[in-house]
Amino acid sequence: MTVTKLKPVDAVVVGVGVAGSIICQELAAAGLSVVGLERGRMVDPAQDFAMPYAHDEFRHDSRSNLIQNLSRETITFRNAMSETALPMREIGSFRMGECVGGAGVLWGGLSWRFLPWDFETHSRTVERYGKKHMPEDCTNQDWGITYDELEPYYDQFEHIYGVSGKAGNLNGEIQTGGNPFEGARSREYPNPPTQATHAGHLFGQAAASLGFTPFSPPTSGSTREYTNLYKLMLGQCQRGGFCSSFTCAMGAKGSPLTAVLPAAMKRSNFELRALCNVIKVNLDSDGKRAVGVTYIDARGRTVEQPADIVIITSYTFNNTRLLLLSGIGKPYDPVSNTGVVGRNYSYQATGSVKLFFEDKTFNSFMGGGGSCTAIDDYNGDNYDHSGMGFIGGGYIVVNSRGAAPINNHPVPSGTASWGSGWKKAVAHYYDRSFAISSHGGCQSYRTNYLDLDPTYKDANGLPLIRMSFDWREPDLKMSAYVTKKAAEIAKALNPSKMSSNPVSGKYNIVPYQVNHNTGGVIMGSDPSTSVLNKYLQSWDVPNVFVIGASAFPQNSANAPTETVGALACWVADAIKEQYVKRPGLLV
Amino acid sequence: MPDSSAAPANAWLFLTRAEARFIDAALARLIPADELGPGAKEANVTCFIDRQLASGWGSASRLYRMGPWQDGSPQQGNQSRLTPQEIYRAGIRETNLHCARVHGRNFDALPVDIQDGILKELQDGKIELESLGSKRFFNMLWKNTEEGFFADPLYGGNHDKIGWKLVGFPGVAAANYVDLIGRHDEPYRVTEPVSILDIEQGRVQVDAQGSPKHIRIKPAGAPK
Repeated sequence: MTVTKLKPVDAVVVGVGVAGSIICQELAAAGLSVVGLERGRMVDPAQDFAMPYAHDEFRHDSRSNLIQNLSRETITFRNAMSETALPMREIGSFRMGECVGGAGVLWGGLSWRFLPWDFETHSRTVERYGKKHMPEDCTNQDWGITYDELEPYYDQFEHIYGVSGKAGNLNGEIQTGGNPFEGARSREYPNPPTQATHAGHLFGQAAASLGFTPFSPPTSGSTREYTNLYKLMLGQCQRGGFCSSFTCAMGAKGSPLTAVLPAAMKRSNFELRALCNVIKVNLDSDGKRAVGVTYIDARGRTVEQPADIVIITSYTFNNTRLLLLSGIGKPYDPVSNTGVVGRNYSYQATGSVKLFFEDKTFNSFMGGGGSCTAIDDYNGDNYDHSGMGFIGGGYIVVNSRGAAPINNHPVPSGTASWGSGWKKAVAHYYDRSFAISSHGGCQSYRTNYLDLDPTYKDANGLPLIRMSFDWREPDLKMSAYVTKKAAEIAKALNPSKMSSNPVSGKYNIVPYQVNHNTGGVIMGSDPSTSVLNKYLQSWDVPNVFVIGASAFPQNSANAPTETVGALACWVADAIKEQYVKRPGLLV
Repeated sequence: MPDSSAAPANAWLFLTRAEARFIDAALARLIPADELGPGAKEANVTCFIDRQLASGWGSASRLYRMGPWQDGSPQQGNQSRLTPQEIYRAGIRETNLHCARVHGRNFDALPVDIQDGILKELQDGKIELESLGSKRFFNMLWKNTEEGFFADPLYGGNHDKIGWKLVGFPGVAAANYVDLIGRHDEPYRVTEPVSILDIEQGRVQVDAQGSPKHIRIKPAGAPK
């Protein structure tokens, strides 16, 4: 095999999505020579998502070609270690992006910060409830970084993506109209919050009547024209829907394509190479230092890109897989409970309550851009868990995404599943229904993990990543509890029919749930239980950094994107301000 | 008014005429024409399914297709080696064989109440097909029916926007709902939903950004 060896660069970035694009821009702006490698294709929003094609639900959602092409690479899955993992042959539970911008092109825009509790779930639980309260076999651990340390970088990300919202806690002072449970913010959001939809408004009224504090959660669907930190202009969201799975034709959704890459692309010391699939991080002879990466380019050539710093910023699965394929960090073994790479894979437990009305209409097709009304009273440790048998929780939300009709034509349970009865119910309820979600987190457990599959391979002949995962009793209890609270709010709205659907039974990879897979390359303060230190730097190979939701030691209830972006800002700073001046372990 | 009572005549990319007759007959039961208006057959969903089967989707071009093949738990999802083309071809042929054996005729020639019974048995996995579980065949047919009924007409189904008119979906969104989203008691309804095909064929006016201008039905009591 001929290998083309290229000229060395200062930094090579593997995967140009939410994290990778920020790293590319920040390091290039600091004067480093940077190459970004992306396995997916280039996307030109002005063409790929021009009006009216931007509003084609079937093209962009049902048959998206920006989601990972599984014919080349997938994952394998089993509920338990006693089973044989089988390949995920079609997309279901989650959707991995495959294009320049990654899943950051296709996201819905919800821009939550994590709660301060999320970063310290283990120590705060032990402190408040005692050690016995931690679920059996739960491997939760603190992140090694606190909310307060990350706050300036959350703020930075919000001013890159043009986040719209209302502060609930400004420097420790609770603010009317915002989320009173959020961590202290140093300043307001760059843009004002979204206006409630009819459904959101009713939910907010009912929640307030029960003593809760409803608010409009933060979103990257910009509520006004906004010039961001990189001097790029975001448009104003028109509330027309078509956001998640789509890219905004108005340029209103903060994404790598709108908010970051156009700035990076102007720099001569940055080069973006699309359709380049990295298969390995190359190490020197003693395995202590990365010398670059090997990738397969669009023409099928094997190319070696030498670099002083390797920053891996692909999705949770490939971040983990690339470390395992490259021999960086000790692979996790759940039997002996040793090793680290692949440890603490987690997900999110999301339940819902569906409400149907006879006398109300909602203009359900309006919304999107993160048009939500939520309460945070049952998230994290915002309520007393004594004697409950679980930790964590979820936020309760009406998310008015804009009801495109292929995916949104709900009928009450008990309706015929096809035929005239079904048709009547669809016609009647399409605009007379909405859902309240109980958007829950998920803890980490010893036997929920990622490793290399012993059997199945990708198109290059390399082993697929294998996911072993199932819901555990505490997470099911959490979902039942928070969904019951959502149902109480629903009842106050007097729907003619409603149904309650907490997470139950075994984890099933078939129905779509949420694109929030986490863990596998987790950060922490102890090298025996984490792959990365608090600067997301490999303990074993200090010129390798790995950024993504893969770094989360357990999953929050909130969407991960903003925290991934904030971590990218945090690492960019650590590299620019510390590592470049003094290469080596930063901790 | 365009005649929405019948789908246009079709020529087929993938389906045989007999297969098209089967699908037409099944669609007429799955989403029937009734007092609410035309159904999936009239919406030309058979054409939608034919075009999908002829596309990369029909040959499973984006699915993981490497072995070893083995059955797993329901939670592990589809492990069938059949492509959608093969599922339709075998599913229709073998359902017709069942209908001929039990009822003496192919599916499309049976009375509607018997057709309903056959579809229900397929859905419940109660008909033994030789090549695949009948549930898998039914679920694919039903999913494609919903898709073809509600997708933009450019894909061949949702003829005359029958599906969108049924539920009141306005199609491609107008430029600005910002001022409307707070008017909670004002249903937003249009005289005619707007499809991508409408815009490309010049039937609908668009603004400078390419968003269509909806013609709204004024809600009762709303100011002019």
